[in-house]
Order: sequence, then structure tokens, then C-alpha cells
Amino acid sequence: MEAAVHMQDVTYVYVTERGATLALEHIDLTVQPGQFVSLVGPSGCGKTTLLSLIAGLLQPTRGEVQVGGNKIVKPSPQVGYMLQHDYLFPWKSILDNGLTGLRLLNRLTPDTRRYTQHLLHEMGLGHCESLYPQQLSGGMRQRAALVRTLATEPDLLLLDEPFSALDYQTKLQLEDLVSETLKTHCKTAILVTHDISEAIAMSDRVIVLDRDPGTIRKEFAVPDAMRRAIPFAAREVAGFHELFNEIWNELLVMNGEAEKDGEATGQ
Amino acid sequence: MAKQLDNNQTVLSLADQVYTSYRQRKRNEQTRVLTVQLVTLTFLLSLWEVAGRNAWIDVLLFSYPSKIGTLLLDKLIDGTLLPHVGITVAETIAGFLLGTLCGTAMAALLWWSPFLAKVLDPFIVVMNSMPKVALGPLLIVGLGPGMPSIIAMTLAVTVIITTLVVFNSFKEVDPNYVLVVRLYGGSRASLFTSVILPASLPTIISTLKVNVGLSWIGVIVGEFLVSKQGLGYLIIYGFQVFNFTLVIGSLAIIAIVATCMYQAVSYLEKLLMRRR
Repeated sequence: MEAAVHMQDVTYVYVTERGATLALEHIDLTVQPGQFVSLVGPSGCGKTTLLSLIAGLLQPTRGEVQVGGNKIVKPSPQVGYMLQHDYLFPWKSILDNGLTGLRLLNRLTPDTRRYTQHLLHEMGLGHCESLYPQQLSGGMRQRAALVRTLATEPDLLLLDEPFSALDYQTKLQLEDLVSETLKTHCKTAILVTHDISEAIAMSDRVIVLDRDPGTIRKEFAVPDAMRRAIPFAAREVAGFHELFNEIWNELLVMNGEAEKDGEATGQ
Repeated sequence: MAKQLDNNQTVLSLADQVYTSYRQRKRNEQTRVLTVQLVTLTFLLSLWEVAGRNAWIDVLLFSYPSKIGTLLLDKLIDGTLLPHVGITVAETIAGFLLGTLCGTAMAALLWWSPFLAKVLDPFIVVMNSMPKVALGPLLIVGLGPGMPSIIAMTLAVTVIITTLVVFNSFKEVDPNYVLVVRLYGGSRASLFTSVILPASLPTIISTLKVNVGLSWIGVIVGEFLVSKQGLGYLIIYGFQVFNFTLVIGSLAIIAIVATCMYQAVSYLEKLLMRRR
């Protein structure tokens, strides 16, 4: 079976007015279909850049990115992207927002419209179709954004800290909802997060990135028992805290090295 | 159970009471403001009237309200006033709609081609700093003395500033909305229609408001220069025959009509922005 995502020796140089920086270096990453992978790491380690490369928003300076066996050169309907904020259009109703992707892809038919309405129902937003984003709470808006992302039926979902702007209770509920939804729809997903316990609770693999330049530092496999449980329950499974501490320590060690590097170069 | 229900009712009626007294206070305040406004207006008009009748002020120059009222009423009855008002209002509406439309179209063009925008930038800045009414003589010779020159004048006054303001709002649309469209591989045209334009609609409406005021400048100056009809013509005519009652009367009509147009645009704005 074709890998859902395959990144081969990907390097990305980020250019600004001030100069060019090496954002990612020698990234090799393969994600199998149906897998849920989380990326954690200090800020500035290129997590979002990595997602942008997979989404086709950026082109790698070196190396190649494949999604479902196809080389990615521009954004593809195979890939859905969820951002930290919902970015629902305030001038459109919730249903119209959900249909945004289908409209842009010229795939709006009575069938796809019904499917979007079905998704809204599934997310508990059935009664909100004709409401406008500002009439909804943060959690509801993020669910509407998820509907917009799923409406075009992508195989791969990129989640860029989609829960970080929500209050804790909403975040936990939404983690469960997203996890269940992705499982029932058999989607592959890559989640970027700052929250280690969220990463463990939701995924099959947790990848720790190092910064300056961004590289893959270490990978942790999540035990089966935690993977099978819904994210909320996974936090109670034996071994969760040990894994948490392991990843936490890895990040601490990384921080220590970064500080030492800083001293050595006199920064 | 009965007690709890009773309790609920008390709570409800308390909230009702507070709300009623809040509304009452609000209404009282509005009434007070309106009363003082009317009293001030009446006082000033009466003072003007008395000062005029007793020749405390130069009646030739300042006239007084009842004289102005009589003149306007006479003109209204013999049917020589309304055509002037109609023509000026028509020119103003045409001018500010055209100005807003052309300005928005120009802004769209600049947004479409960032290269063009960079090239044209200094030219637009120069055109913006120039006093547009100075183009009057050119327009009159070019388009002939009549309505086209006056509308062109209004356009000249409004179009550049509209272009600048709308183009700026196009550029300032939240890049994340743009990202949403890019993620679906949307073309530049669909980006424009699905995000850039709707997101900038509030700005376009507010330039419409500014353009109402600017269009009056364009139209009146245009009528000063060329026309045989319109409120600007009445002002110039009144000035030439030293009939300042007519000048001030025309000013009063302009003030009323301009306010009505401004309110109409505000209402339109409310209607369009209800959802935001």
C-alpha cells in the first residue's frame, strides 16, 4: 500500500528581506494510511513549515514530498488543513462556510451538499446551518471549520494546533470528537501541538523536532492500549505518565543543549 | 414547587423592573438632548431673525430666516426651485456612485497585478495630492459646458481617494482568509470574489459615505464654473445679482439634501452590515 505521506530528505530555506534561514534540514518522514502522527517541539522548530510543505503551500528547497504516491507541487484536494483559529468567513452562514471548499473546487452538487449537512449534524451543528460564525462559541466554530475541512473528503488531515485557542473543557471534548471522526472516516492525520499529553492521547506516533535548523530528533511509539482508547480515556491508561515524562525530558535536554550552544557561540 | 414558581416570577419581574427603569432613563436622556437641540436651533434662528429685522446685521449680506423662507416658498410654488434641486442631486448621486465604482475597479486592478501597483504608486500619490478642482478648466473645454463636465469633476474629486482607501483594505484582508482559499487551490478570480471583496465591503460602504461629501464639493464647484442649472448655479447667480437671500437659501437646501443622502447611505450600511 502507498504511504499516505512520504517526505524524502526535505530541506527548506526560508527567505525574508533580512536574509535566508535554514528552517528544516534532512527531514525523512513516512506516515502510513490511517495513522495519526503528532509533531511536538520548541517554537521555531519548523512545525508549521513542515505542514505547509505537505499541504503544497511551500515548495521544498531540496528533496521531495509525496502524498498518496503523488508528488506535491501545489495545494491538492487530497489534503485538508485545519488552522489554530477557525477563519470562518464572517459574511457567510455556517452551511455556506462548510461548502466553501466544495465551491472553490467546483464540486458543489446536491450530493456533496447533503454530505456537508450530514457532517454538520454529526458534529452537533445541525441546528446552526443558517447561523453566522459570530453567533457561535469558539468550540462550535472550530467544529464548523472541521466540517469545512472534511466536506471535500481529503484523505489526509493536517491539524495545526487546532485546539490551542480553546478553553480546556472544550479542547478535551473536541479532541475526542476529532479523534472519533477521523477514525470513522479512516483519515490519516498529522497534528502539530505544544501540548505533550494531547499529542500522546490522540496519536499513534509522537515525533519530537529539534530547532535551528528543524530536524527530526526522536520518535516515540504510543502503546496500543492508549491508541485504542479515546483521547480523554487514554490519559488514564497505565504508562501514559511515563511516556509523558520521557518526551518532557527529551524536550528539556534539547533546551539545555540549545542554551549551551548559545553560551559557546557567545550569544 | 408553588413557592419556587413564585420565586421565579419575583426574579423575572425584578429583571423586568430594572430593564424598564433602564429604558425609561435612556428615553428621558434622549428627550432632554432633543429638547435642548430644538431650543438651541429655535433660539439661533430667532436671534438671526430679530437681528435682521432690526438691522443689527447687514441684511444685504446675511438676510434673515423669514425672508429666505418666503423666497424659497415662492420659488417652490412657481416651480423654478425643484428642477435645480433635482439636477444637482442627480449629478451628485451619479458622481458618487461612479466615483465609488471606478475607484473600486481601479483598486481591483491594482490588487490583481502587484507589479502594476508598484509601478503606479508614485503617480497615484501625485494625483492624490493635487487639488482636483484645478482640473475644472480642462474638463470644461474637453467635455463641453454641461452635465458631463460636472460629473467628470465629481469623479476626479472622488476616484483617487476611493482607489487608495479600497486598495489598502484589499491588501489588509486577513492573510489567513486568503490561506483558506489557497488551500483549495482557488484561482485569483475566485479569491477576489469569495474573500477580498466581501471582506472589504465595510470599507467600500464607508468610502461611499465619504464620497457623498466629496461629490457635493465636485458638483457645486462644477456648477459654479459651467452650468445653467442646479444649486451651485443658483448660488453663483445670487452672488452675481447680489441676492444673498438666494445664496443662503440654496445653502440651506444643500445642507438638508446632503444630510438626507448621508442618512440614506448610513441606512444602506446598516442594512448590508446587519450580519457582521
